[in-house]
Amino acid sequence: MALYSEKVMDHFRNPRNVGVIEDANGIGEVGNAKCGDIMKMYLKIEDDIIKDVKFETFGCGSAIASSSMATELIKGKPVADAMKLTNQAVAEALDGLPDYKMHCSVLAEEAIKSALDDYHKRTGE
Amino acid sequence: MIYADNAATTKMSDKAIETMVTLMKDTYGNPSSLYEFGQKSKEVLEEARVKVANAIGANPKEIIFTSGGSESDNQAINSAAKAGALAGKKHIISSAFEHHAVLHTLNKLKKEGFEITLLDVHENGLIDPKEVEDAIREDTCLVTIMFANNEIGTIEPIREIGEVCKKHGVTFHTDAVQAIGHIPVNVVDDNIDMLSASAHKFHGPKGVGFLYVRKGVRLFNLIEGGAQEKGKRAGTENVPGIAAMAVALEDAVANLDNYSKLVTAKRDRLIEGISEISHSALNGDATKRLPGNVNFCFEGIEGESILLLLDDKGIAASSGSACTSGSLDPSHVLLAIGRVHDVAHGSLRLTIDESTTDEEVETIITSVKEVVEYLRGFSPVWRDLISGKREFIL
Repeated sequence: MALYSEKVMDHFRNPRNVGVIEDANGIGEVGNAKCGDIMKMYLKIEDDIIKDVKFETFGCGSAIASSSMATELIKGKPVADAMKLTNQAVAEALDGLPDYKMHCSVLAEEAIKSALDDYHKRTGE
Repeated sequence: MIYADNAATTKMSDKAIETMVTLMKDTYGNPSSLYEFGQKSKEVLEEARVKVANAIGANPKEIIFTSGGSESDNQAINSAAKAGALAGKKHIISSAFEHHAVLHTLNKLKKEGFEITLLDVHENGLIDPKEVEDAIREDTCLVTIMFANNEIGTIEPIREIGEVCKKHGVTFHTDAVQAIGHIPVNVVDDNIDMLSASAHKFHGPKGVGFLYVRKGVRLFNLIEGGAQEKGKRAGTENVPGIAAMAVALEDAVANLDNYSKLVTAKRDRLIEGISEISHSALNGDATKRLPGNVNFCFEGIEGESILLLLDDKGIAASSGSACTSGSLDPSHVLLAIGRVHDVAHGSLRLTIDESTTDEEVETIITSVKEVVEYLRGFSPVWRDLISGKREFIL
């Protein structure tokens, strides 16, 4: 049996929305290098809609796949919907993660929330 | 597939497989049975003991067959500790980067009231015999230091450490799991009292190993039961496995010079090629290391991702990253040589053998370069490093 689901491997091998948004209006970074996982999310929000999202991740296969899936789940969605993103939703969309890798999905949720917080701070909301 | 994980396990040699299968089919008698058919198995067992003893310069009576390296380590250490406790000596010296079969056994003994000194292995992964001598006390009952490290491949000054132990009358055990069949080992010349080995690390089968115990060194059982192995290790002997181990070891030792020359050259080419990657560093001494071991840290990326992408390219390797162990901490070996967490997570171990071709070596180098560059391409750590927001460590 493979370590990861096909979906995790697909998102790991072909991560969606990789990179940087130069004029992002919401940026969030969570994790630390000491623990071996860092996720950075860039959001471009217009009219309360997540027009674009990109990520950079330092981490294992499931960390990269979780980041990729999280961006897919919120892209094009209203900010209010993105605020409701949960780590379970990320893990489920990936057809599950091994128990000891669930923290990767938590990190993905936190990275999105952190970027949204930054957006709210910038816009004074 | 390019198999570059020989420190994890090796492919069984054809001769070992043949030996094993033939014995399974034809010589299945119990060596403890008195009839001819059982005694035939006993003969096979004793022939294997002679071969194993010859391979390390021991007397056949000093060899006990076990289920592998972990069992041998457990028996040797627990036994020496028990003998020590009986004499009122409850201090043990070891190193910070031993295999878990040793470290976890020592942790258990610590809870039972033993005092454990773990020696520094320094930046190059080498233990200083002088520091072993300095650590020896009146109540030291055992020094246990690995012959060669399983992750970074460094070869320890075993002969010198053994000499120090001999001088002070302290029992010396070495976990030689990675060394046996890869570099010359002679228990007499190397001043070793007890030595652990595992068959599957030198093209033998899994689940078989041996423990060498010098004549005169007291040995207590780990497994109680029948009178097998002179009462020191109960359980019907795995005769086919033991015989297969013996032929594999015999071949490995006979071929040692050639193996060393051939594999060392390939190893050095791998090190040379991978060193071209910026902000990377070889782990462990460059020359005092096993012929087939290459271990690098790459800054800004994480080891499991490297392994998965190498796997996609058909290369089987290993890493000391936390994510590959299921714990939050990276390899205790890399931490012991002073690598900080940030870079220890980005490690890669490649362990080749004589079957690795020059072409495969070049494929590995190219693949590692590609994978490291790709992962750095979207690593926020790497971005911070190259933009000067974070300082390079390597």
